[in-house]
Amino acid sequence: MSLYLINYWVAIALLLIGLYIVMSREHLIKKVVGLSIFQTAVFIMYISMGKVFGGSPPIVSEEFSVYSNPLPHVLILTAIVVGVATTAVGLALAVRIREAYGTLNEDDILKIHDEDAT
Amino acid sequence: MTETAVFAVNLALLAMLLVTAVGILKLYNLFAVVMVSGMYSLLCAAFFVLMDAVDVAFTEAAVGAGLSTVLMLAALALTRPNRKDGDHKALNIPAKIVTFVVGLLLFWISMDFPGFGDPLAPVNQHLAPQFLTEGPEKTTVPNVVTVVLASYRGYDTLGETVVVFTAAVSVLCLLGVLRGNAPVRSKTTEADEEEFQEFNSQIILRVITKYLTPFILLFALYVQFHGDYGPGGGFQAGVIFAAGLILYGMVYGIDRLRDVVGQKHRVPLRLAGLGVLLYAGVGVASLMLGGNFLDYNVLAEDPRQGQHLGILLVEFGVGLTVTNVMILVFLTLAGRGYRDGVTSGPMSLSAELQDVEDLQNEKEAKPS
Repeated sequence: MSLYLINYWVAIALLLIGLYIVMSREHLIKKVVGLSIFQTAVFIMYISMGKVFGGSPPIVSEEFSVYSNPLPHVLILTAIVVGVATTAVGLALAVRIREAYGTLNEDDILKIHDEDAT
Repeated sequence: MTETAVFAVNLALLAMLLVTAVGILKLYNLFAVVMVSGMYSLLCAAFFVLMDAVDVAFTEAAVGAGLSTVLMLAALALTRPNRKDGDHKALNIPAKIVTFVVGLLLFWISMDFPGFGDPLAPVNQHLAPQFLTEGPEKTTVPNVVTVVLASYRGYDTLGETVVVFTAAVSVLCLLGVLRGNAPVRSKTTEADEEEFQEFNSQIILRVITKYLTPFILLFALYVQFHGDYGPGGGFQAGVIFAAGLILYGMVYGIDRLRDVVGQKHRVPLRLAGLGVLLYAGVGVASLMLGGNFLDYNVLAEDPRQGQHLGILLVEFGVGLTVTNVMILVFLTLAGRGYRDGVTSGPMSLSAELQDVEDLQNEKEAKPS
C-alpha cells in the first residue's frame, strides 16, 4: 500500500461526501452544491493522474524537458465550464419548483405532489 | 520544487479540501453553504496549480469561486422563505449504506492505480508524449493544452460549446427571456428601496468597482488572445469577461447592466449563438478549402500558420459563446422578479443579511 495513492483516496472521500449530500439532504439547492462537490472529486482524480514529478506545466519551452500530462487538463477544463452551465440549469429548475410548490424541501414537494395526484 | 515539497503541499491542500467538504455537509444554513463552497473551489484551484494544471486552475478560480457562487446566491435570493436545509429522515440509513458500499468498491479499485506523479504510469505514455513533441511543431503554438483543446480534440470542444449554449437556452426556456409573465418578487418595495439607499452610501465598493471593471475586461481580452502562448483561452477569457460585467451589475444594479447589454438582453442573445456559428463556420470553411471538417491545415498556405489561425478563430468563438451565456444566465436568474425601475439595488443582499440574522436567532433560541 503506497502513500502515493492518497490523492485518489481523498478524491474518493470527496466523491462520497458529495454523493451523501445529494441523497440525504432535502433542500434542492444543497443538493446542487453536493453535485458540484461530486464533480470536483472527479476533477481532482483526473488532474492528479496527469501530474509528473519534476514536470512543469505543459507550455513547451526550450528551458524545460519534462512536462505534466496535458490531456487530463483539456478534458477537465471543458468539464468545469460545462459544469457551471449545468449548475445554472439546475438552479433555474429549482427556482421554477419553488414557484410551483412554494417550497424547495423535497419531502414537502413530494407530499404536495401526492396530494395533487389523489 | 523537490518531490517531497510538492507532496507535502499536496497533503496540506487535500486536508483543507476535506475539511471544507465536511463543513458543507454539516452546515444547514444555505447562505453559509454557498460561501463555503466558494472557498472549496478556490482551494481546488490552488491544488490544480500545484498539479501543473495552470489552465484548469484558471478556469476553476473564475468559474467555481466566482461565477457559480454568484449564481447560487441569486437562486437563494429568489427562493427566500423555506430555505433552511433538513435531513431526509427516512433515507438516512439507506444513504449511509449506499455511500459506504460505493466507497468500499472505489477504494478497492484504487489499489490498482499507478502511484501519484509516476512518469511511467500508463496515462503518461502513448498519446501525451506525442502531443507534447508533435503539437507545438505542427501548430507553432507552445501551449499544448490549447493545441489539444482546439485542434486535436476540436470536435469535442465544438460539442462542449454547443452544450454550454444549450444550457443557456434551457435556462431561458425555464425562466423566460422577456420577464413579461415572471412573477413580481413580493418584497421589492419599501424595504428594498431603503436597502438600496443604504447601499448607495457604500462609496468604496462603488468606486473600486468602477475602476476595476475596465481592467478585468482588458485582462479577459489578454487571456483570450494570449491563450496560445500562456495559460488561457476562450473558456477562461469568456468567464472572466462575464465576471467583469456581472460585478458591475451586482454593485450598480441589474438595470444598469441591462443598459450595457441591451434591454431584453438583445446583444448577448445574438452573440451567444454567433460564437457557436463561428466555431462551426471554421469547420465548414476548412471543408470548402478541401480539408476535413475542422482540419485547419488548409486555412493558410503554410499548414502551421493555418493551424495557428484556426486555433485563434475557434478560441474566439468559444470565448464569445461562454461570455454571453454566462451573462444571460446571470441576468435571467438575478433579474427574475425585479420590476423595471422599482429595484435597481444589489441583488440578494437582504436575503444574505436575513440569513445571518436567522442563524443568530437560532443560536439564541437554543443555548444548549
